[in-house]
Amino acid sequence: MSAAPTANTGLIETDQHGMKAHSDGGDAYVPVQSRAERFTSTSVDDFEKVTGFELEWKLTPISRIAALTEGELDGSAPATALPEGVAGVAASWVDRSDARIGTAGAPEERASANAWSSFEKALAIDVSGEELHEYRVIRSELGQTPRAAHTVITAAPFSQGLVILSNSGDAQLSENVEIVVGDQAQLTVVTVQEWTDESNHLASHFARVGRDARLRHIVISLGGGVVRVNPSIHLVETGADGSAFGAYFADAGQHLEQRVYIDHVAAQTKSRVKYKGALQGATARSVWVGDVLIGPHATGTDSYEENRNLVLSEGPRADSIPNLEIETGDIQGAGHASSTGRFDDEQLFYLQSRGIPEDEARRLVVRGFLAEIVAQIGSEQVESELSAAIEAELTRAQGI
Amino acid sequence: MSNLEIRDLHVSVETEQGTKQILKGVDLSIGEGETHAIMGPNGSGKSTLAYAIAGHPKYTVESGSVKLDGEEVLTMTVDERARAGLFLAMQYPVEIPGVSVSNFLRTAKTAIDGAAPPIRGWIKDLDSSMSQLRMDKSFRERNVNEGFSGGEKKRNEILQLELLKPKFAVLDETDSGLDVDALKIVSEGVNRAKANTGLGILLITHYNRILKYIQPDFVHVFVAGKVVEQGGPELAVRLENEGYDRFLSNVNVGS
Ligand SMILES: Nc1ncnc2c1ncn2[C@@H]1O[C@H](COP(=O)(O)OP(=O)(O)OP(=O)(O)O)[C@@H](O)[C@H]1O
Ligand SMILES: [Mg+2]
Repeated sequence: MSAAPTANTGLIETDQHGMKAHSDGGDAYVPVQSRAERFTSTSVDDFEKVTGFELEWKLTPISRIAALTEGELDGSAPATALPEGVAGVAASWVDRSDARIGTAGAPEERASANAWSSFEKALAIDVSGEELHEYRVIRSELGQTPRAAHTVITAAPFSQGLVILSNSGDAQLSENVEIVVGDQAQLTVVTVQEWTDESNHLASHFARVGRDARLRHIVISLGGGVVRVNPSIHLVETGADGSAFGAYFADAGQHLEQRVYIDHVAAQTKSRVKYKGALQGATARSVWVGDVLIGPHATGTDSYEENRNLVLSEGPRADSIPNLEIETGDIQGAGHASSTGRFDDEQLFYLQSRGIPEDEARRLVVRGFLAEIVAQIGSEQVESELSAAIEAELTRAQGI
Repeated sequence: MSNLEIRDLHVSVETEQGTKQILKGVDLSIGEGETHAIMGPNGSGKSTLAYAIAGHPKYTVESGSVKLDGEEVLTMTVDERARAGLFLAMQYPVEIPGVSVSNFLRTAKTAIDGAAPPIRGWIKDLDSSMSQLRMDKSFRERNVNEGFSGGEKKRNEILQLELLKPKFAVLDETDSGLDVDALKIVSEGVNRAKANTGLGILLITHYNRILKYIQPDFVHVFVAGKVVEQGGPELAVRLENEGYDRFLSNVNVGS
C-alpha cells in the first residue's frame, strides 16, 4: 500500500510534484497527478462513495454499477469450471490469508477495494510447467447477484503458460486478478467478456513481471452492459517485458472501458500496448486510457502504446486517452498513437472492385481490424470461437 | 462478342481549390480479346480514366457513357461493375489488414460467380496460378498486400485477374516497379488470361518495354484528359523515342 495521506481518489490534486506530464499528441491529456502517487488500499472503507467526478470514474456510467461500487457483494467462491489434468498447471481455492494474495498490487478505487474486502476464497492458479499448456477457466453461471471474486495467477520462474478466463452468461461482478510472473517465465493471460447485455463487470488486474520475464495480457470484450477491465502491469525487474493487447466491439447500450497502466520500474524493461475497438450504434461507448509511467530507475526502457477505434455508424463515442510520464532522460523509446475514425474508403473500394458487395466488404474490414488482436491469443480453439463471436456481432449490427 | 464502349467521358474531381476537370471527352472502343495501350504524360488523367470506369467514389462523372455489352456501367455500384465483368489492376494496390489473401480471393470469387467455388477445383486453380506467377504458397496466409513489395503487389493483382476471369481489364501501370523477370512473369499471366477467356485489355503504361510481352493491337496517346492520337504498335516505339512534345505544344501538364 502506498503512503497517501487520506482516502483521496475523489480528490483531484493539482500540484504535480515536479512530474513531467509528457505527451506529444494534441489530444493527449495532462495527468493531474502522477500515476505512481495514486492512493491504494485493500479496504473499501478507505474509499469515499463514488460520485462520478473522480478521475477514475468520470467516463464511466456509475449509476449502472452502483451495486458493485457501493453495495454489499457476495464473497463466496463464484461458480467456476476448471479444467482437469493440464500438465504444469494447478488450481485451488485458498483462504484470504494465503501468502500469494496481495503480492501483485492493491486497489486504486472503490469497486476494486469492495471486491477485495468481500471475497472469501480466492482462486489460486499456479503455473509451473516449462512447456506451454493452455488452462481455460470458464465462468458462465454467476447469475445476477452482485458478487466479488479474487484470482491469483502465479507463474513460477522459467515456467510457461497460457491462462484464459472465459466469461459469459449473466454477472454482476467486481473482481481483482493478481498476476505474478517469476524470473524468466513467459505467461499469457487472456480475459474474454461475452456477458449478456444485462451484466456488469468491473475488473482490476495487477501484474508484477520479474527479471527477463514476459507477460502478454489480452482483454477481449464483446458482451456485457458496463464492462471495465483495467490491467496494471508493473515491470519491476530488469529486462521485464509486458504487452497489453485488447479488442472490443461495443454495440448500442454497451459501455466498454479499459484503463491500461504500464509501470516501468526497472531498467531495460519493454512494453507494448495495442487496443483496437469497433463501435456500432448511437449509444455505443468505449473508453481507453493508456497510462505509461517510466520511473526514475527505468533507464533503457522501450515503450509504445496504441489505440485504434473504428466507428461503424453515426453516434458512438470512443474516448482514447494516451498518457505518458517519463522520469528519466535515458530511454530507448517511448511513443503513442491513437486514432478514431470511419472506414477507410480505399479499402472498401478495393474490396468492392473485386465484386464484393459493400456490406460484406465492411464486415471483412472490421473482422480483419480486430483479428490482429485475436491472433495474439495463441489458442486455436479460443481464436476461432472469438472470430465466430465477432462475426455474430457484425451480423447483428444493422447496416454494416 | 463482348465490347466496352467509352463515349465522350467527362470526369472531374473535387480539390481544395474547387472542382477540377480531368477527363475532357474520352472516346474508346475495346472489343473482346483486343489489347489497347494507353500512353501519356504524368497527370494526363490515365489513372482517372481507370478509376472512373471502376467507379471510385472520388471521381465524378460529368457526362458521357461507358457501356459493357450495351449496358450502362456508370449507374452501377463498384461491386456491380466487377460482377458485370470489369477489373482494375491498380497502380497502387491497397493493403487490407487482417484479411488473408486466400480468404479475400475466395470471398471475391464467390461474389463474382454468385456461388462459392467447389473447394477442390478452387485450390487447384489457386495453386497453379500462384506457382505460374512465382508466388510462394505462404502468400495465401498473408494479409492482402500488407508488407508486399511493389512487385509482389502487382503479381497479386494479376493473380486476381486470372482467378476472377473478367471480360475487360484495365491495367494501370502494372509494369512499373517490376524487374525484367517479374515483368515477363506478370505479362505471361496477362497473356494466359487473354488466351483463356478472351479478355479485352486497356493497358496503361509509360514504357514500350511491357508491350514487347503483351502485344497491343492499338496504341492511344492520352494528353490533357483525352485521346489525341491512335495508331498501331509502331506508335509506342515512336512515343518512347520522341516523347510527347509534339502533342504538348498547346497544353500544360495537368491543366
Ligand atoms: N483527388 C485528387 N485531388 C486533386 N487532384 C487530383 C486528384 N486526383 C487526381 N488529380 C489530378 O488529376 C490529374 C490526373 O491524375 P491521374 O492520376 O489520372 O494522372 P495519370 O495520367 O495517371 O498520371 P501518372 O502517369 O503520373 O500516373 C493530375 O493533375 C492529378 O494531380
Ligand atoms: Mg496514374
